[in-house]
Amino acid sequence: MLLQQVVNGLTQGSLYALVAIGFVIIFGTMNLVTFAHGEVYMVGAFMGYFALSWWHLPWPVALLLGMAAGWILGVLTEKVAFRPMRTLGHMPPLLITIGISIVLKEAVVILLGAENRPVPSIYEQTIQVWGSQVSVLQFVILGIVVLLIVALQLLIQATKIGRAMRATAQDHEAAYAMGVNADRVFNIAFALASCLGGAAGVLVGIYYNAVYATMGGMAGLKGFAACIFGGLTSIPGAILGALIIGVVENLTVQFIASGYRDIIAFLVMVLVLIVRPQGLLGSKMRVV
Amino acid sequence: MPLYSFTPRWDNKRVWLPVLGALLLFPLVVRSEYLLNVAVLAGIYVILSSSLNITNGYTGLFSFGHAAFYGIGAYTAAILATRHAVPFWLTFPLAGIVAGLSGVAIALPTLRLKGIFLALITIGFQEIVFLVTLNWVSLTRGPMGIPAIPPPAIAGYSFGGNRDYYYLILLLNVLVLFLIARIMDSRVGRAFIAIREDEVAAQAVGIPVFPTKVLSFVIATAMAGVAGAFFAHHARFVSADSFRLDETFVILTMLIVGGMGTLVGPVIGAVFLVILPEVSRFLVQFREIVYGAILILVILFRPQGIAGVPGIIHSPTRRSKPPGAALPEAPAE
Repeated sequence: MLLQQVVNGLTQGSLYALVAIGFVIIFGTMNLVTFAHGEVYMVGAFMGYFALSWWHLPWPVALLLGMAAGWILGVLTEKVAFRPMRTLGHMPPLLITIGISIVLKEAVVILLGAENRPVPSIYEQTIQVWGSQVSVLQFVILGIVVLLIVALQLLIQATKIGRAMRATAQDHEAAYAMGVNADRVFNIAFALASCLGGAAGVLVGIYYNAVYATMGGMAGLKGFAACIFGGLTSIPGAILGALIIGVVENLTVQFIASGYRDIIAFLVMVLVLIVRPQGLLGSKMRVV
Repeated sequence: MPLYSFTPRWDNKRVWLPVLGALLLFPLVVRSEYLLNVAVLAGIYVILSSSLNITNGYTGLFSFGHAAFYGIGAYTAAILATRHAVPFWLTFPLAGIVAGLSGVAIALPTLRLKGIFLALITIGFQEIVFLVTLNWVSLTRGPMGIPAIPPPAIAGYSFGGNRDYYYLILLLNVLVLFLIARIMDSRVGRAFIAIREDEVAAQAVGIPVFPTKVLSFVIATAMAGVAGAFFAHHARFVSADSFRLDETFVILTMLIVGGMGTLVGPVIGAVFLVILPEVSRFLVQFREIVYGAILILVILFRPQGIAGVPGIIHSPTRRSKPPGAALPEAPAE
């Protein structure tokens, strides 16, 4: 039973991790926070729902469509909310993305309704591991998440645009002086982050067999809590933070009360900001 | 930047006396319960956005948790009135005190943080308060909410129509705005502005920065609590759903659209955004989208809002330049 809860937690945590990595990429390169990330995830989830339930496409295609939707949304958000505001501090992009998140969420509510939409399930079989029932789907999801994270690492470490991103994150002025097109790097970084958010949305839809218009709010905040927990600019930190939050949430359901599961992420977020603002693996930075 | 534009023109009787007169006569002319209800709603949001203006606008502390204190006030009043038969003239101040004390409890550990980190931690608290309200069933009845809150009653007369509520909220609005105007005209108010403009300089001239910030937070949250008490006695039903993060964003949108850092800004924003969707059936349906779109447009094209002080949301941190600050093609501030 305990093992089962831990596996559930790890699966859930791995999905939070995809969202959290998006925040890390955006904060790491631009030093800014988006509030619309949860809604990007929701749009990705709906893209997956259309592909699976309406168009009856295979799930890898649904995943790619969700990622593409996230990518497009990311490019647009960066152009509208971040590019004109980049010199003006943290607050304007945060406030604009609050506006964007409200508009996206309400648009989906009006167009498609607020109720749950069913997503067909895949890989329903379960296997016995040390006396616990673990579903094959959980391993598939964990596998996809690991694959996406490895691909991201390769992109960041081994490609030209990845090097440009790292250089821009370190010192955007020096990078600019070396001929890096910072605007393009910021745009791609944002799109990449949103693309992972879209992928997380599709996977969540498949995992819980449901998508709904307001699913983004809580997911975005939890991803952000994981990102703060891990140290804001550290991808391994965010993954670790997300996995811990996912597991602790599931243990809370098991041992305390299911109503309090959502509170874990916020307690973590508040405590980390008060006690250790640099997070688990982050470098020291000015937050006070 | 007009540093002193905060000075409220509350002493300009030629402006506010006719406005107040018109507002006093309004229910005598307009007898529609629906229109009076819209006016009462506008009154509640005037208190909420004006009080949020104290922290976010005057002091430059970005709190994103206002609806939590509004909810704490509403629940305090609801519980006292239904379970202990406390009269409304006591539930209002008690709701303010409880919300203000929760404000202290949250301010003490968090106000070390600045700018966006303060905003994020207050979002965290907002969600924690919401989830606790939803799950602490023995106190709040959880998702069922608290129904049958008695209407206010004085000397045997019980509040009936919206006209009674209209005059009560008008009285509260006058009190709150008068209080804010007096605070902002005092040493404390000038300390708020000084902290917003330059914290280090404020410290250097002897302003006790941290206690002043806490004071700003407490005044704002206590006022939100009083608004919550009014809401509880007016709606006569409270449930956690009325005090979610979305509600904070509604209040924040009103404040930003109206303009931060002035007395009239949040009043204009609250009245404008409450009335706007009521203008047509079409807009009522799209209320949230309209608010979101207006927020985006205001930040992009007129960040100081309709009547606010420029430069509040555009200069959260003075020490560290954000990336891209020195890019040649970036627009000059």
